Amino acid sequence: MSETILFYLFSVVAIVASALVIGQRNPMYSIMLLIASFGALAALYIQLDAPFVAMAQIIVYAGAIMVLFLFVVMLLNAPQEDAAVWDRTHPLRRPGVARFGALLAGLLIVQLVWALVRVNDASTAVNARGDVAAITSVRSVGRVLFTDYMFAFEATSILILVAMVGAVVLAARETAS
Amino acid sequence: MDQATLRFVIQLGIIGLTFFMLINASALLVLAERKVMGFMQQRYGPYLVGPWGLLQPLADIVKLLFKEELRPKDADKWLFTLAPIISVTAAFAAFAAVPWGAETTLFGLLDTPVKLGVADVNVAVLVVFAITSMGVYGIVLAGWSSNSKYSLLGGLRSSAQMISYELAYATALASVIMLAGSLSLREVVDAQNGSWFGFIPKWYVFLQPVGFLIYVIAGVAETNRAPFDFPEAEQELVAGYNTEYSSVRFALFPQAEYINMTTMAAVATDLYLGGWHGIAILDRYGFGWVFFLAKVGFILFTYIWVRWTVPRYRYDQLMQFGWKWLFPAAVLNLIATAAAILYFNV
Repeated sequence: MSETILFYLFSVVAIVASALVIGQRNPMYSIMLLIASFGALAALYIQLDAPFVAMAQIIVYAGAIMVLFLFVVMLLNAPQEDAAVWDRTHPLRRPGVARFGALLAGLLIVQLVWALVRVNDASTAVNARGDVAAITSVRSVGRVLFTDYMFAFEATSILILVAMVGAVVLAARETAS
Repeated sequence: MDQATLRFVIQLGIIGLTFFMLINASALLVLAERKVMGFMQQRYGPYLVGPWGLLQPLADIVKLLFKEELRPKDADKWLFTLAPIISVTAAFAAFAAVPWGAETTLFGLLDTPVKLGVADVNVAVLVVFAITSMGVYGIVLAGWSSNSKYSLLGGLRSSAQMISYELAYATALASVIMLAGSLSLREVVDAQNGSWFGFIPKWYVFLQPVGFLIYVIAGVAETNRAPFDFPEAEQELVAGYNTEYSSVRFALFPQAEYINMTTMAAVATDLYLGGWHGIAILDRYGFGWVFFLAKVGFILFTYIWVRWTVPRYRYDQLMQFGWKWLFPAAVLNLIATAAAILYFNV
């Protein structure tokens, strides 16, 4: 009973916070709301008996990536959006890129609805494969990560390394000129 | 009262006691800071309020409560208030995963032993790490929302510093986790029970001296203490990120800092100094927490000792030291530990 109440509480926090992220004019507020949404997601992971995933979510996303976002927003001192023109027109009637974005958003909604309709089949499929232990314990997460998904893991780390080297090269060129 | 109710009440009592001890720890540290500083500079420190100046923190808090609460006109209304709240909440919440005593039945009151500590989490190390890393938002937001250049510089310095030292800190933790084979702080402590040759306690500080040193240094930087107190370097930034704060909102920042110090010291005790293990007889009768308190107290004293002995670094020196010395040392330590575990099959 209390599990269900907590589930709905955290779900509502996650959804409302995420919705408010795109509704904010001030990027600083968007970042704080996104962190709140990540926190609620972490709580949901804990309810699913996956404390390791929950903590990784907080350390990696809320702790590291969002601090970087915060840095960028603070240093660029991003101005608030000019609300006057944008508020009066429908997204589909706005110029150029905005129209394309609105179409993508529509597509995303269709996908979400499709996923929600199919969600029952998917959850039973996971249960049937018996992978629950692989999610709950850190030991088995590590074992699966370094055996079955070894290639994906190493490929990701090389990708991150490439991104890092790229960032260093770009930053160095800027100071040289 | 039946066992289940009794257990519930005792569990609540433990949570309340931990909270109470943390609040008192921050108050006592304020006093200890000034007393130890006085001692090192050959003067008395506070001695008028209460015996030996013991009520001085209380007087400080009452003074701060009656100060006028100011907010700069152009400050961001919501974030300015939210920042100290985030700081202090993160500081308190992080301690929830730290165990501070062995299992005890309270002299036979309970039929199954209760664990001393707020929550026994099986990924406790990660929980503490995750929640303390949330504390940086309090400082950054305080710096940004004040709409003052000194505050902003303090906030930026703080986040850069915390991100840099978190790496070395986490890598040092990983070595201990590999030795103990568990992410649970309670299991790490229990792995340090016993002794070698009958007189050297089996603490990880003897297996991981380099790791311990890295942990303590990174801990000083993480809690923004001298010699790494750049976010509030008063000769350069007035008071840093909390320049525009006054009254209770201001008081929450130092409180968060002192609680973070306590958490850092408590985790160091659990990971490296054998937690509550000390003299076996006291251990057996459930007085292990006395050793725990003593060890935490010693580390905290060292923090204060360092603050009043070592002058502040320059900011670029701090970054150089963090990235070019501390972090590589932590990685080498990790590799050496992994190799030793494979070779000796620990």
